[in-house]
Amino acid sequence: MDIYWKSISTAVRLLITADADLIEIILLSVEVSLMALTISCLIGLPIGTFLAIQRFPGRAAAISVLNSLMGLPPVVVGLIVYLHLSRSGPFGWLGLLYTPTAMIIAQILLITPIVAALSCQIIEDLQEDYRDLFTSLVVSKPAAVKAYLIDARYSLLTVVLAGFGRAISEVGAVIIVGGNIDHVTRVMTTTIALETSKGELALALALGIILLAMAMLVNFLATWLKQSAKEQAYV
Amino acid sequence: MSDHITPIHLNDISVIRGDRKLIDHVSCTIEGGGITTIMGPNGAGKSLLIRCLHGLTDIDSGTIKFGTSPLNDEIRRRQSMVFQTPTMMRRSVFANLFFAATRHQTADNTHIHDILDQVGLDHLADQSARLLSGGEKQRLALARALITRPDILFLDESTSNLDPASTKIIEDIIINVGRSGTKIIAVTHDIGQAKRLADDVIFLNNGAVCEHSLSSAFFKKPVSLPAQAYLAGELVI
Repeated sequence: MDIYWKSISTAVRLLITADADLIEIILLSVEVSLMALTISCLIGLPIGTFLAIQRFPGRAAAISVLNSLMGLPPVVVGLIVYLHLSRSGPFGWLGLLYTPTAMIIAQILLITPIVAALSCQIIEDLQEDYRDLFTSLVVSKPAAVKAYLIDARYSLLTVVLAGFGRAISEVGAVIIVGGNIDHVTRVMTTTIALETSKGELALALALGIILLAMAMLVNFLATWLKQSAKEQAYV
Repeated sequence: MSDHITPIHLNDISVIRGDRKLIDHVSCTIEGGGITTIMGPNGAGKSLLIRCLHGLTDIDSGTIKFGTSPLNDEIRRRQSMVFQTPTMMRRSVFANLFFAATRHQTADNTHIHDILDQVGLDHLADQSARLLSGGEKQRLALARALITRPDILFLDESTSNLDPASTKIIEDIIINVGRSGTKIIAVTHDIGQAKRLADDVIFLNNGAVCEHSLSSAFFKKPVSLPAQAYLAGELVI
């Protein structure tokens, strides 16, 4: 039990003293995750919406593929991005390997299917609910899409928060494409992996506690949002 | 306005699902003005018939003409429908009405509040529509249908789950709307309600029209055996 108290006191001390390295690591983690999340939402929400409302041959297969992509192994994504960004890869000339941008790209590949698949399901359910009403009111497709997005806002927000939770806790892909370089690509998860391998369990656990706290905060926020929306019957 | 899309001519329409004819070669003419009720036992095809008239379900054969035109978006914009289980958008009472009004260029705050007042919901304008009681939801659905100022209003068992007080509120509104020139086509299996509201009655059984006559004649002396049995309270299977 001693190790837990030691790590908790280390975590508290690092936070209270606003340890520069720790703050840098946390800020980079949040920055990379938020950037990846923003781009994933910009790509995933339109894809999810399109798949939900549009009928075309192969739609069911496309949704099935999207659902499968939700479970993409992060290390495989990391490897694929690595192969594309390495010097001998097709995008090697961009010099992005071992940069935060590479980490963002890897996270986008991991989060976008989650955002797209979950938003597709949410909008499809709402569309089913509104189908007769909208046909009766002769609602145009653009107006219907706008209404779905507005009325599903709380559910979609929980999708966004789930995406953030996935991004902030990701380690496999970012360690491959980021390289865990100090002051450049070192984020919380990769630091935890590194400190553990060095036997610095106190610092690793301290970071783990901070990461856990952030993940729990996001989840609590998602639950609270959904619950309060439900109480007001907006979900 | 109403004259242009009435009378409604149903010519030999059928709806088939698998090997079942849910609507079986129905032909009739529904005149403009007044209240037409569609009656019949469960599964007779009443709701399906008005869904076909409103374009929510495609017919497999036959034709439906509103005046001289087949159903199109322009005609559908001049119709409204209140569903048996109304869908409330995840918005406030006011926003539900506003949404419907904007679709028909009738989005005027005063008009919306007038309609809400008419159905007795103005005091609940800012409340979430999904928190309303069953009766209030039906009244809101009726208000949403009326906000578009329809020429034809379809009502699908719109008071089936309501208590007498809520039913009366809705029936009074329906009567007033009918008097103002809107053609009302209401599905009901409530004989008392049909007697109170109907100018003419279409009686369906097993997807076919058994009888279409004036309300007074229908309730006094129904011609078809299924209608006679139905009105006598017998089980029509």
